[in-house]
Amino acid sequence: MVMKKDRNQASGADSSLQNNPTSRRTILKALAGIPVLGVFGFEALRYMNYTSKKNSSVIKVLGLENLQIPVAEKSMTATNADILRIGIIGFGSRAQQLSNGLGYMHPDDVAARKQNDSLAEWLEQEDLKVAITGICEVFDLRAEMGMATAQNEVRVGAGTSKPLPVKRYLRYQEMLADKDIDAVVIATPDHHHARITMEAINAGKHVYCEKSIALTEAELFGVYNTVKNSDRVFQLGHQITQNVVFQQAKEIIKKEILGKITLVETTTNRNSANGAWIRHVDKNGNPYPGDEKTIDWMQWLGDRPVVPFSIDRYYSWVKWFDYDLGMIGQLFTHEFDAVNQLLRIGIPATATASGGIYYWKDNREIPDVLHCVFEYPNHDLTLVYSANLASSRDRGRVFMGHDASMELGESLSIKADYDSTRYKKHIGDGTIDTSAPMLSIQQGSGKIDAVTSATAKYYAARGLTTTNINGRNVDVTHLHLKEWIDCIRHGGEPSANIERAFEEGVACLMAHKAYMEKRQVAWDPVNRRIV
Amino acid sequence: MKDSNTVSTLQIYTLVVLRLMIGWHLLFEGISKLLNPAWSSFGFLSESKWLLSGFSNWIISNSGLLKAVDFLNTWGLIAIGVALMLGLLTRYAAFAGAFLLLLYFLNNPPLIGMEYTMPSEGSYLIVNKTLIEAVALFFLAVFPAHTAFGLESLFNGMRSKTN
Repeated sequence: MVMKKDRNQASGADSSLQNNPTSRRTILKALAGIPVLGVFGFEALRYMNYTSKKNSSVIKVLGLENLQIPVAEKSMTATNADILRIGIIGFGSRAQQLSNGLGYMHPDDVAARKQNDSLAEWLEQEDLKVAITGICEVFDLRAEMGMATAQNEVRVGAGTSKPLPVKRYLRYQEMLADKDIDAVVIATPDHHHARITMEAINAGKHVYCEKSIALTEAELFGVYNTVKNSDRVFQLGHQITQNVVFQQAKEIIKKEILGKITLVETTTNRNSANGAWIRHVDKNGNPYPGDEKTIDWMQWLGDRPVVPFSIDRYYSWVKWFDYDLGMIGQLFTHEFDAVNQLLRIGIPATATASGGIYYWKDNREIPDVLHCVFEYPNHDLTLVYSANLASSRDRGRVFMGHDASMELGESLSIKADYDSTRYKKHIGDGTIDTSAPMLSIQQGSGKIDAVTSATAKYYAARGLTTTNINGRNVDVTHLHLKEWIDCIRHGGEPSANIERAFEEGVACLMAHKAYMEKRQVAWDPVNRRIV
Repeated sequence: MKDSNTVSTLQIYTLVVLRLMIGWHLLFEGISKLLNPAWSSFGFLSESKWLLSGFSNWIISNSGLLKAVDFLNTWGLIAIGVALMLGLLTRYAAFAGAFLLLLYFLNNPPLIGMEYTMPSEGSYLIVNKTLIEAVALFFLAVFPAHTAFGLESLFNGMRSKTN
């Protein structure tokens, strides 16, 4: 109907069309779009040429033509005969994430993933050829969750290997004494980390330990010496650097794109009760399950001062210095690791720290606002950690150099400095624009980009892009565990080895001491102690 | 009565110019996505609010589906753009384009109380440029924007000749 009416209209507009449909004029008119398309094509080519030239000129200025961007997953094959038998000590929420990284998942989480269609993606994760054969947990409920996770038939590599039996250990010492456990993952509260790591290494187990490594100097040296004098593989749980963007940032630092870096600012910006470690009650203020009957409280306390059972302490243990170092141990550890992996600055010469309990005025001992300043005169650099648990204003992680600054998070973005010496000429001639990032790398793209649209850059700065390698979402915890397992099987040093862990441990203990004693503390490299 | 149904030459020219411009715009939107290997609809869909947010979240939770949507979006825009510029299957292209733009609009409508992190170059209240472009394409689809100045007219002409 409509078509017919249109033809009538057209004939009204130009009657020659009907009378002489193939006349020259009609054909020319019919082809009207072609010259416009031609102009479009010409302009589009010019545009492509312009952007690629601009991109390559920025890349040339930066000397990044040969930047190696590792996006490939290293794959080391293991057979079913090499199945590594892993015991998990402490089975809270972190242990569940670690289990997922190993290829195991609780049936409830499997159901949830099925619901939102993300199960297949997880099942595509590389089969690490490991079996979780032991669970040690002081709380019955969590132990059951661990058992259900380890025994779940829906797992990575389920079709290729037979499940191994899973055993619950009431005490970690029993697990360490068991010859059928090859390696342990320690995901307990922090006050157990050093002691269990030492005992596990001495029992001949490989160890993957969550941060932080130690709460005192004595513990730190104990772990360091134990691991150093053994052939077992130790990895500290810092999955952050497994991020592909980090490998790229490493190359950028190596190429000295930023110029001389004199200040690195790291931050924590949280603003929720959960983020402030109030974790023993749900949204409605009802306490989470657990009592003295189901929790082995004395074992949970370990060698810490005996206090009556408290559900608050059990779930929200971070609030007390007896069990960890507060934000320094929970969050700054990741920041330090990120900076140290990139700059290899090691142990600071001095540290100061200050802060207080300014917002979450409950029964906590740890500050909710905290600033730590670390001096590295031998590197001409200051490292700052600024943390706030009562404002989520995003301040990022920024490396400040004379020629450019780099913000590094889920993605990476580099801005040239207006007063840069190195880029002066290029800023002058317009090759480099200081008002927008001159270079950004988005996760998964593996491509350097110096000219994308404002919107794309905005996303890059916010890290709103997916984490993926070769087009597949990959869990960074999985990669960190894989690195540890590859080193166990094939030798080599994992990235968060005992040397890095020691440097981090010293930096954290320095900041903690500075906060507690309200003074600047220093590292004595000769006597190897904090003074 | 007949007069009210006819379209003047100036009106035809105006329609054709509008058709060419929207074609140009959609074609370049498609091409620029094709040229940027990092482009994905992930960011846009993750911002989705209102009616289609559930649908969009379902798309981004499935990487295979997201890839298919990215592909269809890029090549759909290119095909619609080329069709509009050449005046080929114009009516279908205009309807498809309007539908696509309406989908964009419904994902991120500028309704009161809805705020987006994605920057927009303008101030909008309910009606935004995406909606206007969608309506303009509806307009092109129901008016004879393709009859004289487009390859289609040639085919139609040839068909009417053989008839």
